[in-house]
Amino acid sequence: MAALQEVDLPRNAAARLQTGRRGDTMAVQAAGVWVLGSAEPHDLTLRNLNYTGVATLEIDCGGLDRLDTTGAWLLMRTRRMAEMAGAKAVWLDVPDAFKPLITTIDQDCHGPPVAHPDDHSLSAFLERLGRAQMHFFGQAVSLLGFLGMVATKATATILHPRRLRIPALVRQLEEVGLNAMPIVGLLSFLLGIVFAFQGADQLRRFGAEIFTVNLLGISILREIGAIMTAIIVAGRSGSSFTAQIGTMKVNEEIDALYTLGMNPVEVLVLPRMLALVIALPLLTVFANVMGIFGGGLMSYFDLGITVPAFLRQLQGAVGTGWTFWVGIIKAPIFAFLIATVGCYEGLQVERNAASVGMLTTRSVVESIFLVIVADAIFSVLFSLLGV
Amino acid sequence: MRLAPDARTFGPPVIKVEGLVTRVGGRILHDGLDLELRRGEVVGVVGGSGTGKSVLLRTIIGLNRHVGGRIEVLGQDVGKLGDRALRKLQTRWGVLFQDGALFSAQTVAQNIQVPMREHTDLTPRLMDELAAVKLGMAGLPPDAATKFPSELSGGMRKRAGLARALSLDPEILFLDEPTAGLDPISAAQFDMLVRDLQKSLNLTVFMVTHDIDTLRATTDRIAVLIDKKIRIGTFDTLVHDPHPWIQQYFSGVRGRAALAAS
Repeated sequence: MAALQEVDLPRNAAARLQTGRRGDTMAVQAAGVWVLGSAEPHDLTLRNLNYTGVATLEIDCGGLDRLDTTGAWLLMRTRRMAEMAGAKAVWLDVPDAFKPLITTIDQDCHGPPVAHPDDHSLSAFLERLGRAQMHFFGQAVSLLGFLGMVATKATATILHPRRLRIPALVRQLEEVGLNAMPIVGLLSFLLGIVFAFQGADQLRRFGAEIFTVNLLGISILREIGAIMTAIIVAGRSGSSFTAQIGTMKVNEEIDALYTLGMNPVEVLVLPRMLALVIALPLLTVFANVMGIFGGGLMSYFDLGITVPAFLRQLQGAVGTGWTFWVGIIKAPIFAFLIATVGCYEGLQVERNAASVGMLTTRSVVESIFLVIVADAIFSVLFSLLGV
Repeated sequence: MRLAPDARTFGPPVIKVEGLVTRVGGRILHDGLDLELRRGEVVGVVGGSGTGKSVLLRTIIGLNRHVGGRIEVLGQDVGKLGDRALRKLQTRWGVLFQDGALFSAQTVAQNIQVPMREHTDLTPRLMDELAAVKLGMAGLPPDAATKFPSELSGGMRKRAGLARALSLDPEILFLDEPTAGLDPISAAQFDMLVRDLQKSLNLTVFMVTHDIDTLRATTDRIAVLIDKKIRIGTFDTLVHDPHPWIQQYFSGVRGRAALAAS
């Protein structure tokens, strides 16, 4: 069998084409190298051939040196167009080496040119809109189902505390609580410095530098401590919940759990959720301490407020009231939101790797969103309650 | 009916590997490996798990670096090529990865057109026609064009991957376990497809496979990776090779079935 590409012609050698008519016979003469990169200039010529009054089309391949799919398709298309126009098409002098290719294309390739999805039309837009809506409602329903499942499993665990997986809980506590301390502590410390510095700068104009301490104490204890910790934990632990559970889903480990008679919600979700609900308030207390420490340091160096004066002012500001508890009460709720979203999105992962990344991102965005919405609701609630 | 291996004549060598040494994670996988593929030849590479079959394929196409030896593809030393020359060479081979490696964000048609858009100046209309031609050649129905890879079965993904590998009419086709994960019927169909395409496009095919039926049905010669080197021969000569691994490989139940079937 002669080889198609045995002759090592330069890749950019020319494809020659001659067309002519003798009476009702049209002749198409292809010669040279008809391959991708050289044959396509003849695309338009061949496409626009006029077959009116043509009874026979002769495709003469005698001079072909090389032929590949592109070249063969151009010739095959010419033949088919002629036949559609009612002419009879014949191949002349096809070299033996090219016969298999032409046969293959003739037999296997009858599909119309491929179509591309139309993304820009109004109907495509409406379709996307509708799909997004349905997806949103579907998500809401399935999240509700997930919450119900968690609630039943949690109740069952409370009724039979021996079903609680203590080792898993402890490991999660270490992971989401202990290991988060450095980053939470550092960021709160820095935020304390920033708050003290900004507050001092403004309040100094009124000669009220000492109220920097009030500003610091109230803003950190009521809001910043809780919400910053929640956001850091959402980025750190919420995302890792999704990634861990999602990877297990990809690996079919979740299915394996089911078949071994273990409920994934009980084995994977409850320990994580409980660990976060315990750890986040503790982390918030730690964040508060570090934030006030940072602010105190700044007050000392920037404003010259001594430690006793700082503490006295702080006690006057936050004193025995609700300020501290307003921040701490929110933490378990934030923890619940973060853990729910993190685990839920993890279980939504489909069996492909791209899905893990997508849902991890979504889990972080959603949990931060929910934390801030919940914080706003708390603000309204607390102002109604007057605390 | 296939011709007997020695009755076929092959062209000049297109892949020439001499004294190849590769190291992966500190472990030497190939040590002084030689291999030669001639134009129009189908060579299957077999070997136990972890002997570096896929690494060999990846090294030849330039995805892994080798620490010693020479790899010449279409007359050019892969290890010494500059960026531009390598990219030009890459348009002359097509690679089918194990699970197709289709771009998941694009439809099958767009996947096939990726290399065309990158390396040629075809008009969109001709590209759409050619993509349909490749789909047909790979044995996919026309309506597969607008589907996304996630909507296809494993066998169809492989066919789509093959269509993309054939997109630029390559001279060499690299296949990494083309029939792994396919049912025997789909696998046999895929073998036929590869053989037919090889004949009509006169491709040189380098395939890594575990499937002894595929070896029997498609390859001209078989390269066995043993002791960090290659032993190459036809199916019939290798069956009589005394090496214990080769004996075990070909005399296993599945090997006997393939022999009996031939």
